[in-house]
Amino acid sequence: MNKPIRAVSIFCMFLFLALMANVTYLQFWRSEELNKDPRNARVAAAAFSRERGLIQVGEEPIARSVPVDDQYKYLRVYPGKELYAPVTGYLQLGSQTGLERSQNEVLSGEDPRLFVNRLVDLLKGDTNQGGNVSLTLDPKAQRAAYRALRDTVGPDGEGSVVAIQPKTGRILAMVSFPSYDPNELASHSRDVREKAYDRLDANEHQPLLNRAIQTRLFPGSTFKVVTAAAAIEEGLYNQDDQVPSGATWQAPGTSGSQNVIDNEGRTGCSPAEISFAAAMENSCNTAFAKMAVKLGPKKLRETAEAFGFNSDYLEDLGPQARSVFPKEVVDTIDGEPQDPRELNDAETARSGFGQFSVQATPLQMAMVVSAIANRGGLMRPYLVDQIQTASFDVLETTEPEKLRDAISPQTAAQLTDLLVSTVDDGTASPAAIDGVKVAGKTGTAQRGVEGKAPYGWFVSFAPAENAEVAVAVMIQEAPGKEIAGGQLGGPIAKAVMEAVLNK
Amino acid sequence: MATNSALMGFVHRRRRGAELFLLVLALVVGIGAYAAVGLGVDGEVPTNLIGYGGWLTVLTVAAHVAVRIVAPYADPVLLPVVAALNGLGLAIIHRLDLAKDTGLASQQLTWMTLGVVLFVGTLVVLPDHRLLARFTYTSGLAAIVLLILPMLPGIGRTINGAKIWIALGPFSFQPGEIAKVLLVVTFAGYLVVHRDALALAGRRVVFIDLPRGRDLGPILMMWVVSLGILVLQRDLGSSLLFFGLFLVMLYVATERPGWLVVGGLLFFGGATVAFRIFSHVQARVDIWLDPFADPDGSGYQLVQALYGFAWGGMVGRGLGEGMPERVPYAESDFILAAIGEELGLTAVMAVLLLYGLVVERALRAALISRDGFGKLVATGLGAVFALQIFVVIGGVTRLIPLTGLTTPFLSYGGSSLVANWVIIAILLRISDQARRPLPDLTETEDEDEQATQIVKVVPS
Repeated sequence: MNKPIRAVSIFCMFLFLALMANVTYLQFWRSEELNKDPRNARVAAAAFSRERGLIQVGEEPIARSVPVDDQYKYLRVYPGKELYAPVTGYLQLGSQTGLERSQNEVLSGEDPRLFVNRLVDLLKGDTNQGGNVSLTLDPKAQRAAYRALRDTVGPDGEGSVVAIQPKTGRILAMVSFPSYDPNELASHSRDVREKAYDRLDANEHQPLLNRAIQTRLFPGSTFKVVTAAAAIEEGLYNQDDQVPSGATWQAPGTSGSQNVIDNEGRTGCSPAEISFAAAMENSCNTAFAKMAVKLGPKKLRETAEAFGFNSDYLEDLGPQARSVFPKEVVDTIDGEPQDPRELNDAETARSGFGQFSVQATPLQMAMVVSAIANRGGLMRPYLVDQIQTASFDVLETTEPEKLRDAISPQTAAQLTDLLVSTVDDGTASPAAIDGVKVAGKTGTAQRGVEGKAPYGWFVSFAPAENAEVAVAVMIQEAPGKEIAGGQLGGPIAKAVMEAVLNK
Repeated sequence: MATNSALMGFVHRRRRGAELFLLVLALVVGIGAYAAVGLGVDGEVPTNLIGYGGWLTVLTVAAHVAVRIVAPYADPVLLPVVAALNGLGLAIIHRLDLAKDTGLASQQLTWMTLGVVLFVGTLVVLPDHRLLARFTYTSGLAAIVLLILPMLPGIGRTINGAKIWIALGPFSFQPGEIAKVLLVVTFAGYLVVHRDALALAGRRVVFIDLPRGRDLGPILMMWVVSLGILVLQRDLGSSLLFFGLFLVMLYVATERPGWLVVGGLLFFGGATVAFRIFSHVQARVDIWLDPFADPDGSGYQLVQALYGFAWGGMVGRGLGEGMPERVPYAESDFILAAIGEELGLTAVMAVLLLYGLVVERALRAALISRDGFGKLVATGLGAVFALQIFVVIGGVTRLIPLTGLTTPFLSYGGSSLVANWVIIAILLRISDQARRPLPDLTETEDEDEQATQIVKVVPS
């Protein structure tokens, strides 16, 4: 019987060789592919268990990892809570939002710039530590913006504030209200984080939304700054010229009272011709509607696009809503979409004062004023100032980048004068700061829904001659308060500007 | 006149000292892994390390002493190999206990204690493996009863879709594991008697000697039993195991590859029909072909195991540093995935080599055994071991479709562990008989006594 036993031995040997070959294939050749599989929760859990880098504002960490005694070893905590939540986002097992998402490679230590540090960690036997991300935010401005906005709109209000350093594009403040406590969402207890998420997700005020970059609304009268810029740039009017105005204006090519453009009771707009400065100071709808029609939709759109409409520019944070100045409109007749056509005069007229289908995010409006403040030069906005190793060695500092000259310096200078007089003598007076020349513009945008309060906007920069800060305030809801003119937005912008200027 | 020892070529040495040395190495593996688990998970050596290590040492030494006394010529490698595997298994189960907050390792240690007691008991009760031949039909009957038990209402339990468990009071038990040993004894007893008829009669078709139709009875019966297990108990693994075992033993007994052809055709025929008819067989094959088709559903366990193996890579994440608890049933059928994840390809290879050694030692005992029954039992036990390893490890590494079987000595489970310790005891007994020098017959072989025609019979 020995011959078949030998045959059985050889057969068994082949069985074992097959097992060995297969497991070698699995653990040696195929392991990389399986470890890269996004469905592989092990990889996510391992990254989750590592000590992740800091997100910091100045010297202050707004997201850090603390060691805990559970299966994941490190818990992500957010000392800034609601104040910074729209910016930091939060880290969960296998998913992140905000900067935690956009800067994940650095924070988790997988970024190529951290390669040498990874190597050193490996040789020292240390666990791989992530790099730190240092932000451009100014903690004083951020706090001032959050408090002023919260106190203005009340607990059930909604709004956002963005402040930019005009010369560089550094984002000094980015606030969205209401906000949330990311600590609950980053909890290791599934129960805690799911309950927190469900509660936030069901909240009608959408606290998980970063309104600064994700909410796009009619900019209303703040868009008149763009219309004015186009008019001056095109040589249509000078800041000292008289511009056509009037108490009311039947939008061209329309009939009926609902298509009559008026000035909501601002009698300063009523003469047939007024000065450009007066038109700006009084925020005359009729004047800017007529200006827009004279310019035509193409010129208006080109100026808007020069300021950043219809494009993406913030690379450090997502997702973002793109601000829109429509290139064309598509009518629907009996449910059938028609061929696209250019904006007609009535639509151009309404677009001229930020209605119809012009839509902007708070960040976009902050960029508009910041370009004017920077003599027409539009800087790319950015949030990440530095990438550092875990031991705070600087790996990379973001260099300011000019996107383009949105308008000429001469146009910018004229606009600045117009906006300064709007603060000094006009509707934007609530933003005035003693001893500082402030440029500003209010905005009130109809929602297009009958009986609903309008949106309130306010854009400004200071000091006007050499701006250090440009601010956009957007108030979406302020229950029980009248959203009109600069009454609500102005003081908020003022508080932020004062925080930056140390006043 | 040549002496018997010269005829045998050489006399095997006892090598009990070598066994003891290897057992110390096995203890280093078992206790070292246990300590490493504590260090990896909690950052400190487990508080009960001395008690645990002491008990493991007591069991190992007890087994060694028993072998030294009652089976002094037994193979010196088998016991250390299984002691190392059992120790490693305990450490990994302990690792999973810490992750899942269960207490299976201490239960497994209890089962191991029972296994070692039965190991010693088997060696003591069974001074000669040929005694087992007396129980050919008794053990066959017992095996069939054991296989039927899980189907009886009241004591049968269905776990993970397979009706292969029985529960008596607080204990649950897989009778198939014991039936495995009994079937080896039955097949060996039957085949050693009927091998001539099975081997010699038949006709030649092309190049293959086919057996006579009437001799097909037993193989057909075994085929039906295997299919019965597959159909009634939904246990793919055991079905494959029993039929493969029978086929190998039949081939070894008759030395006729024709049986393999007949058996192979029967197997593939049965498997094809089963695949066509039974959804659970189809489901297993579908998962095997593409486990990532439903990674969160039917493919979850295999996908998690594959991720675990991949995550371990060459040298593993380190004990306590991986996430082996992500694989459902990591402590039983999928324990190799836990080893692969935390100890890497290196340890998986080592485990496979240890298993290979067990099979090799069993087949070596079969080769040198002087009696047909011993050869068949040793071959059967070696083959059943090899098949089980191939089926379960091939299943968890996606070489073949997954079937539920335990990984011998590593997996959590009392019936499996105890049965495997008994298998090792029988193998040691056969190797002891085979390696023991023959009684020196030269003194009795003088002319006068030859003339009287008195022959001292050594059982063969």
